[in-house]
Amino acid sequence: MLPEIFFSYFACAILGLALLTVTRRNLVHSVLWMLLLFLHIACLYLFLNAEFLAVIQVIVYAGAILVLFLFLVMLLNLREEHEARRFVHAWQGRVAVCLLILTVVVVSLHKVSVQPTGGYTIDFINQTGHTKVLGTALFNQYVLPFLMTALVLFVPMVAAIVIAMKERKR
Amino acid sequence: MIPLSWYLVLAAGLFIIGMVAFLIRRNVIMMLISLELMLNAVNIMLIAASHYLQDIRGQILAFFVMAGAAAGVAIGLALLIAAFRNKETAHMDEYTLLKG
Repeated sequence: MLPEIFFSYFACAILGLALLTVTRRNLVHSVLWMLLLFLHIACLYLFLNAEFLAVIQVIVYAGAILVLFLFLVMLLNLREEHEARRFVHAWQGRVAVCLLILTVVVVSLHKVSVQPTGGYTIDFINQTGHTKVLGTALFNQYVLPFLMTALVLFVPMVAAIVIAMKERKR
Repeated sequence: MIPLSWYLVLAAGLFIIGMVAFLIRRNVIMMLISLELMLNAVNIMLIAASHYLQDIRGQILAFFVMAGAAAGVAIGLALLIAAFRNKETAHMDEYTLLKG
């Protein structure tokens, strides 16, 4: 009974906070609601026995990406935003199509159940420690994708500087 | 034990909220925010499936999705700064420079 109550709270909070995030007129409010949303998602990861990913969620999303968004909102100084229209023309049709997709997905997903197949049981992960399990898999089986991630993070760093740099007058 | 389908439905709901916001909001920053919501929905789905299948691969993939999201948002915000410098607006429907 208790897990269901916890899960229901987190599910309602996540969906409600997501709606609050995407409907705010003021972008700073929206980013702050998103901070709360990410913390709830991190709690959901804890609930799924993935401590390391919960910590990474807080550090990367709440710590880095949100600060980036906040900096940008303050940098651009969008004054006209408070009077402007929030939504594009004819948004009702797009919402209807998306709700149709949601219905199809929910109908097809709500009976899914799986049989555990792998060797990473909850006992094994609890015994070894989640970080160690994840690190062992990452640095043995998945070391090439991990190294490619370094490139994936390096190229946008250079590109962001080049794109955002002011062109010099010749 | 909570069934896996609850997590999948929650992730689908979060993804659709992000998708609707991406399609109907005019502000570019808001569109990037809703992109992050969609990636988070995918992460919830991956981690839940990984937990229920007792397989670590889903969590590894979620890790890479987080790295990709950070890289993507950095590029997106840099492009937004460059676009804002040329045209003093952050509204997507006013970026019509490529229109013939």
